[in-house]
Amino acid sequence: MKKLCIVAGAFVAAALAAPPVVIQNATILTVTKGTLNGSILIRDGKIADVAEHLTAPTDAQVIDASGQFVMPGIIDCHSHIAADSINEGSVSVSAMVGIEDVLNPGDIAIYRALAGGVTTANILHGSANAIGGKCTVVKLRWGKDAHDMIFQGAMPGIKFALGENPKRAGNPTGQRIGAQNVNYRYPATRMGVEDVIREAFTEAKAYQQSWKDYNDKVARGEAAIEPRRDLRLEPLVEVLEGKRFVHAHCYRADEILMLLRVADEFGFKIRTLQHVLEGYKVAKEIAEHGAGASTFSDWWAYKLEAFDAIPYNAALMMRKGVLVSLNSDSAELMRHLNDEAAKTMKYGGLNETEALSLITINPAKQLAIDNHVGSIEVGKDADLAIFDKHPLSNFAKVEKVYIDGELYFDRNKDLAERTAQEAEKKKLLDKEKDLLRRNAPARRPAA
Amino acid sequence: MISDRLVKRFVPAFLVCASAVFAQGTGSIAIHNARVVPVSGPAIDRGTVVLRNGLIEAVGADVTPPADAWVIEADGLTVYPGLIDALSTLGIPSNAAPTGGRGGGGAGQAAQAPAPARGPEDRPMTTSWVRAADLVRPNDRRLEQARAAGFTTSITFPERGIFAGQGAVVDLAGENAGRMIVADNAGEYVSLITAGFGGGFPNSLMGVISYVRQVYLDAEHYRAAKQFYSTHSRGSQRPEYDRALEGVLDSPRVLLPATRRIDVDRMLRFAQELRLNALLYGLPEGYRSADLLKKANTSVLVNLHWPEPARDADPESPDALQVLEVRDQAPSTPAMLVRSGVKFALYTGGFERRADFVRSLKRATEAGLAPEDALRALTLWPAEIYGVADRLGSIEPGKIANLVVTKGDLLQDGTQVKYVFVDGAKFEPVEEAAPARTDAATPAAPQEGKR
Repeated sequence: MKKLCIVAGAFVAAALAAPPVVIQNATILTVTKGTLNGSILIRDGKIADVAEHLTAPTDAQVIDASGQFVMPGIIDCHSHIAADSINEGSVSVSAMVGIEDVLNPGDIAIYRALAGGVTTANILHGSANAIGGKCTVVKLRWGKDAHDMIFQGAMPGIKFALGENPKRAGNPTGQRIGAQNVNYRYPATRMGVEDVIREAFTEAKAYQQSWKDYNDKVARGEAAIEPRRDLRLEPLVEVLEGKRFVHAHCYRADEILMLLRVADEFGFKIRTLQHVLEGYKVAKEIAEHGAGASTFSDWWAYKLEAFDAIPYNAALMMRKGVLVSLNSDSAELMRHLNDEAAKTMKYGGLNETEALSLITINPAKQLAIDNHVGSIEVGKDADLAIFDKHPLSNFAKVEKVYIDGELYFDRNKDLAERTAQEAEKKKLLDKEKDLLRRNAPARRPAA
Repeated sequence: MISDRLVKRFVPAFLVCASAVFAQGTGSIAIHNARVVPVSGPAIDRGTVVLRNGLIEAVGADVTPPADAWVIEADGLTVYPGLIDALSTLGIPSNAAPTGGRGGGGAGQAAQAPAPARGPEDRPMTTSWVRAADLVRPNDRRLEQARAAGFTTSITFPERGIFAGQGAVVDLAGENAGRMIVADNAGEYVSLITAGFGGGFPNSLMGVISYVRQVYLDAEHYRAAKQFYSTHSRGSQRPEYDRALEGVLDSPRVLLPATRRIDVDRMLRFAQELRLNALLYGLPEGYRSADLLKKANTSVLVNLHWPEPARDADPESPDALQVLEVRDQAPSTPAMLVRSGVKFALYTGGFERRADFVRSLKRATEAGLAPEDALRALTLWPAEIYGVADRLGSIEPGKIANLVVTKGDLLQDGTQVKYVFVDGAKFEPVEEAAPARTDAATPAAPQEGKR
């Protein structure tokens, strides 16, 4: 028995030090270093070489990708999958909550997003509050535990939201419809949203000061009691100190300017504006602040504040010097972000590389993970999506997806396993039916 | 005995259970020539157990009944330690419902629905100071039913709210509530429930988790602030009294819910982060979480109510494979925990009839749980987990005289529970009406709803 365990242990150890992988004969869309026909060598989870001709190591697993296209794994800067809850909508400042506490690695949307070539996603709190909860960047390591999905080294984030959602348009009191419970939640106007943000940061500064005072007292050798830790204000202090990114949900030009000015006044930065459908109207100001913009390709008019959107938004902002990405905000749209990127070639005239950058290197830069992911370059994480056709074609399908050099999605494997899964399901259903039949009399005695 | 027989003979069979109480708590009783399963050691094929003053005085093959003892000739009978339900509300009548709030005010306001909480400082759905020991009543009608199934002890918790309150180790009989309490502080019961949309803070799972985290941080600060104030009271502002934090600081351990593997992972990390002495409960996916539990060296309470398909499930739209797998595999959890070296106890999750409890347990033994381990998980292991193994959980001299005497194997269906001793007091449960499938002529249906 012991011997068996040792053998098994050795097997596991061998599996951990996975053999190198070579993807051969592919069209490689590096995004940052042009396009070439050649091979990629993956070693220890990293891209070890990219070249037209490279000799595969003898122990390498060789993937023939003739006629296929390899692109960097897609990065979605705005997603709500893989979490057991999204909105703490009871309060206008819910900075105390965080997605990391509720990551759910079993969400099938993860696997489906993988099947669309996505490898990294920024999982955001919802937009019910002016200042929402903490966000987490994850890699879609399907099958791993929650903690192993977290993108180590990524900057933590927090969600802000402006406009109709935090002010509760359509239900301005926050009252539950048809119930006794009433939660009159401030704010009910855009003015109020601004006020909530100002109030919160004023509180955060006072909280920051209370810790400074305490530390000064201790330094002077005076007796002092630590301030109470306030989980609601701590993330805002981190924002003030540049240790946490703000991802702000917004639509209208006026509210965008409001937020940028409030941030300037309090001395912090907005890392990304999310949705930002009227961003094209204030692109210069966004660029001046240094904020990124993460928008939709052509999704609008689903509510009043989204009426003034145009499909040229991404291209126009990009031409004004804004760092732009396209996001999904939807488990469905997440599966074809490559299509979304392609639309910017028609609307706005972006070239192929620019279009691809909207879903790869640009969101990577927005999340400050571009030194790890977002393009096919030597030294970066081997997060790759292999398509059967050019990914900017509507007809392209994802064949394989690698994260850290590990295969997480394989179309052929998925198709091959379906029969066995159906059989297993039938077996379990029959077994359960049988069990219920045997137990039935004692549970429901004959009347 | 005679009256009992009369009852058995003449009362119609649909009477589910009844018992006659013989207040024998102070005298001496010897259960003579019985098979004894002490759990703490090997079974004794023919032995005697002597009870006196509510305690076990002696046990062994060569123990002679004392001269003053009332001797129960127990040829053909088996003596077990009384079963322990490791997590329940037994003894707390269902109408006790305290509400949350920070402090002061008192219970007088309990009837009014609280205003929606605006943040952690409002202490939503928190009654951490409430003690099961103060709520237990000997007239809870479920006690008799539990005794009839061989249970003599329950670890009873208030179960309403996020911080519901503190549990107690409760013996399932007593002349008054005070006599029922074996230990008054078994831990704080936490559930991750939300106020619902529109009900104030918290209304999401992450909101509840952040709330629990804030409360534990506040409790640490409260402790430090009180400590500081005790030495610097002159010239310092006094900390504000907070009964929610008092309750949390009072509890030696905290019970956290864990249904799926992800919940186990989440709660173990949470407990580690806050340095909580945590006990996880639920665990239908324990069979695929044992590695995490072993690594964290955390004990768990496993619910014997295995997951079942929804009663109104659409037969045309079966559940996903993963869901079916959990329902199929959940009963293998106890066996997997034994194999992995994870300490656990079983709890019934409430049941209508002993037969249902036995059937649930049988699914666990069919899935690989050794019957001896099943017995341990209902006796000695819960006693060890809650730190009362010096008093309960096995038949050893000096321990509390909580015993079950059966004709047949205690954990098998069809076995007759002859006597139950709680603190040395003897009860004789009347046999349950037989299930309809073996005795269709006397259906038990009319009594189903009565509890």
